[in-house]
Amino acid sequence: MSHDWSEVFLGVSADSVIQTPEEIQKVRGGWIAQLRDGLAKSRKALQQQFASVLFDRFDESLWERIEEALIYADVGVETTVSIVEALEAEADKGAIKDSASLIAELRRITTLHFCQADTRIDVAHSPAVILVVGVNGTGKTTTIGKIAWHLKELGKEPLLVAGDTFRAAAIEQLVEWGRRVGCEVVRHERGGDPGAVVYDGIAAAEARKADVVIIDTAGRLHTQVNLMKELEKVRRVIGKRLPGAPHETLLSIDATTGQNGLIQARMFKEAVELSGVVLTKMDGTAKGGIALAVSHELDLPIKLIGTGERLESLQPFDAADFTALLFDDSLGPSV
Amino acid sequence: MFDSLSDKLQIAFDGLKKQGRLTDKDVERAAREIRLALLEADVNFKVVKQFVDSVKQRALGVEVLGSLTPAQQFIKIVNEELTALMGSATTKLTFSPRPPTLIMMVGLQGSGKTTACGKLANFLLAQGKSPGLVAGDVYRPAAIDQLKTLGQQLGVPVYDEGDQADPVDIAKHGVRWAQEKGRDVLIIDTAGRLHIDEKLMDELVHIRHAVKPHNILLVLDAMTGQDAVNVALKFQEQVQFDGVVLTKMDGDARGGAALSVRAVTGKPIKFASSGEKLDSFEYFYPDRVASRILGMGDVLTLIEKAERTIDEKKARELEQRLRKSTFTFDDFLEQIQQVRKMGSISSILGMIPGIPSGKLKGMQVDEKAFDKIQAVIFSMTPEERSHPELISGSRRRRIAAGSGTNIHTINQLLTQFKQVQKMMKQLGSGRVPKNPFQMFGNSS
Ligand SMILES: Nc1nc2c(ncn2[C@@H]2O[C@H](COP(=O)(O)OP(=O)(O)OP(=O)(O)O)[C@@H](O)[C@H]2O)c(=O)[nH]1
Ligand SMILES: [Mg+2]
Repeated sequence: MSHDWSEVFLGVSADSVIQTPEEIQKVRGGWIAQLRDGLAKSRKALQQQFASVLFDRFDESLWERIEEALIYADVGVETTVSIVEALEAEADKGAIKDSASLIAELRRITTLHFCQADTRIDVAHSPAVILVVGVNGTGKTTTIGKIAWHLKELGKEPLLVAGDTFRAAAIEQLVEWGRRVGCEVVRHERGGDPGAVVYDGIAAAEARKADVVIIDTAGRLHTQVNLMKELEKVRRVIGKRLPGAPHETLLSIDATTGQNGLIQARMFKEAVELSGVVLTKMDGTAKGGIALAVSHELDLPIKLIGTGERLESLQPFDAADFTALLFDDSLGPSV
Repeated sequence: MFDSLSDKLQIAFDGLKKQGRLTDKDVERAAREIRLALLEADVNFKVVKQFVDSVKQRALGVEVLGSLTPAQQFIKIVNEELTALMGSATTKLTFSPRPPTLIMMVGLQGSGKTTACGKLANFLLAQGKSPGLVAGDVYRPAAIDQLKTLGQQLGVPVYDEGDQADPVDIAKHGVRWAQEKGRDVLIIDTAGRLHIDEKLMDELVHIRHAVKPHNILLVLDAMTGQDAVNVALKFQEQVQFDGVVLTKMDGDARGGAALSVRAVTGKPIKFASSGEKLDSFEYFYPDRVASRILGMGDVLTLIEKAERTIDEKKARELEQRLRKSTFTFDDFLEQIQQVRKMGSISSILGMIPGIPSGKLKGMQVDEKAFDKIQAVIFSMTPEERSHPELISGSRRRRIAAGSGTNIHTINQLLTQFKQVQKMMKQLGSGRVPKNPFQMFGNSS
């Protein structure tokens, strides 16, 4: 079951959302359908029916083929082994009789491997503060633009804070998103202290009665100790300025990321207590299985899915849908 | 996460006596470890399969050499096979006899193209070229600003037509502009795009036909997972790139995608880019990534970095002083500055084998400690610098005040300095300490 946008944010009441029948239709269709529409054409040439390839023979190599499918999706060895072991246990109990029940069990078990915590974004504070962090180029700034747009559509007033004072033109980039969304952007000069602009941003939100403050941060590798310390400081500044904030600390992970994504998530979680993950660039051919590994091994909910570069290219996360896509059509090994 | 593959192989071979032939069962167990290590390193699983098969074939029945343990013998085979797959020689850029040489950068969103353009320009500057940049990313907000800022920082001119123009036209006009301005290399930045975005992939094809670049480089994030293969194959099919720039190499990703891309396209990895500083860009040494993928450290890069940075003349002067055992604070300062030039201390530590990246965290050196040391030394008089024994209690207080530190820091530094002095004497007498980095151990 897909979530509606009105259900994505905790603190946005459903009746404040005016939806046209077409909009409702679009949302109800679920993001998986939208993704498929978008990809159908380009995928056709490569498409292989995953199920038929994987389950044509019910023999010893079956487990290995399932393992490979998961590895191919970047799920990683540990979570893959955990899933396959659970599946084998079901098979031993006699729960798997044919390929249909195998697929059903595989989907069920995989879905259960996601962290079962609340996937909603908490904006039930005034102002609510969302901090967005992550490695370079994973889609932080773009995601902020998209979240702001969706909030605005739902009748909330977002305010953006240009906390990336480091990268060339990062401020200009966020300002452009602010212009597209039609919301305010609080900014300082490049090279300034990110803590200072964050502080001013929250003050501005209070003064102007903005509902949600969304803070951009510079991309950083989790291995850069000084930059990770800087991020911890930014978080402390937020908490000092507004006790209880940030209410959400979202890590953006690029769906094409391999096993390093797990280390990234672990380090960011240690530094700034993540509340969830945004998985970006799901409009490509990467399966994004690293999100499953991260969610399972670090107990972090995946909250949003980035599906393009436009304002509206953001989808609520749904574990069952995601799993379906993981095992749905496969580009297949094209090596 | 795996600690060290060498350790695991050691365990896998535990039962095996020191010499003899590698048997079926030994090889099978070791191959399993290799397979897991490569998968954890994000090498595409098909590539892993082929690779492990060929290693198994070679390893079976191999006589273990007298000087090696079976595990070492196996690693040697794996390393040789990996190196063979990666290609052994560094492949450089193609320079056109009729300038400007054109380099087009392509890749997925967020892979680091724009930064890589700036770094490549800087790299070419250092080679005595006069590069120019073309801002061809008209889609991502502020991408043009970003390139222009980088150009300004480097003193490299940037050609742009704003974000409303057609990238094909921009590239064409850019080439003319480079000719007029006498730029001998032109780097064309393009927007990040998905390999399945037909419209945007067509755009790249059009640019390629319009300006016929001498080099097309695919910019690839070292953290990329299994999908690297699809991306590379699509880009190869459509744009026919000549080589790869592997970015974000300062992270702790094993970079197995490099191996996959090489295996399926046959295209060489040409450059490795690490860090956000514009000078962290270098030729890629294919044989070295093999050991990184397997988690065996990268000794060669370390040695070369050190060689390149430490000025030979200064080194000779230093050696002379060492002979006379008059190592002063001025020398100390110089040493620190030399080491800092080599890149961040942590990135150097990461290249030493036996220090798994995961364990590096606790070991990392706070670079600010170096700033502090420098400040202290700058607060000394020239006389104090060359005769540290003069630094009495009152002088210590003065230096502390002057450098904005405290007596404790000064005392600590003096102790540290004495240790280094002692070590330098050993060096001078030819007794090299085991760990050349122990002198920084105290500053973490
Ligand atoms: N196809 C696709 N591209 C995306 C998505 N999200 C972001 N991008 C693109 O990825 C690139 C990087 O996005 P940014 O938002 O600048 O990423 P960032 O994390 O803020 O980057 P830094 O601030 O440089 O660390 C841009 O070209 C975006 O347009 C997505 O969901 N799908
Ligand atoms: Mg950004």
